[in-house]
Amino acid sequence: MALELPDQVVVTKLDALANWCRKNSLWPMPFATACCGIELMATGASRHDVARFGAEAFRFTPRQCDLMIVAGRVVMKMLPVLQRIWQQMLEPKWCISMGACASSGGVFDTYAVVQGIDRFIPVDIYIPGCPPRPEQLIQAIIDLQDLIEREGTVEGVEFRLRERQQPKRALLELPVIDGPVRSG
Amino acid sequence: MGAKDGPLNEETIAAWRTEGLLDEASSFRGQQRLIVPRSSLRRTAGRLRDELRFDMLIDVTCVDYLAHPRRHEVAERFGLVYQLLRTEDVARLTLRVFVGETTPCVESLVPLWESANWLEREVWDLFGIRFEGHPDLRRILLPEPFRAHPLRKDYPLQGLGERHNFPVLRRGEG
Repeated sequence: MALELPDQVVVTKLDALANWCRKNSLWPMPFATACCGIELMATGASRHDVARFGAEAFRFTPRQCDLMIVAGRVVMKMLPVLQRIWQQMLEPKWCISMGACASSGGVFDTYAVVQGIDRFIPVDIYIPGCPPRPEQLIQAIIDLQDLIEREGTVEGVEFRLRERQQPKRALLELPVIDGPVRSG
Repeated sequence: MGAKDGPLNEETIAAWRTEGLLDEASSFRGQQRLIVPRSSLRRTAGRLRDELRFDMLIDVTCVDYLAHPRRHEVAERFGLVYQLLRTEDVARLTLRVFVGETTPCVESLVPLWESANWLEREVWDLFGIRFEGHPDLRRILLPEPFRAHPLRKDYPLQGLGERHNFPVLRRGEG
């Protein structure tokens, strides 16, 4: 059945429209705690110009952001702050773990450094490197845009899929002596 | 090592030793070091401030000599280090005090130098040495519910699981 439409009318799915809007206007929350933050700033500056990918609006309040970029090591005193900021961000939201420290603790395998933020908050994209180049961060944003376009829905049901609910890897825990050190 | 190379001359050292203000004095490359008995730390520090005009406390730190190759050379497990400065001629002096591992405790120097406040809190936080008379002896770097004192040599580098004791946030919650 052919349908005659005027030139200025486009037919699409609501999901595709929402994904197109979301992926081209990611608002990053820069959670920069270490040297990766410098590369993050370089990515936002004119030479690399992340505005080409619609993610130039860095906001320092989580309530205006939908993309958390964790750039740098997170210590056990900082993790509750990270979790609170993540909870304050509005859905739909995504998380990029930038660099070796945020993804795995890096070389800082000590009592105070969290060995990968994906143990405690959901992560969508990991970036290797110490620190990663701005091109890698831009590639991660492009990959995230592809991910949003591929699986996004207007109601965000993809976040409730079982595989996205799972913690990213097995927690190999050391025994905790003397009961909990910090309760939620 | 000549003990006289430094702000305290030999007469003062001899006089203070008879008063029980110090155990030992030595100097190395022009920097003088006094080993002070634990019981007279506040008195010695007060005399250094008032009579020898050491008006600034630069640093307070600690050394844990557990399993140290020269453990037999020191009297107790923990050695506190106080760095003093006389600003009028930039003379420096090191004070050492040794404390044992069963309830380690020394007198606080906050009444003499305000800068001791945070420095002593740091030593308490990381080495677990109490400072008697400190106005506000709380942890300064680590979170308050932390139980251990991690710069002690018998504390494992990777901790006892404190770094993994947090709630796990999932998608679609909160």
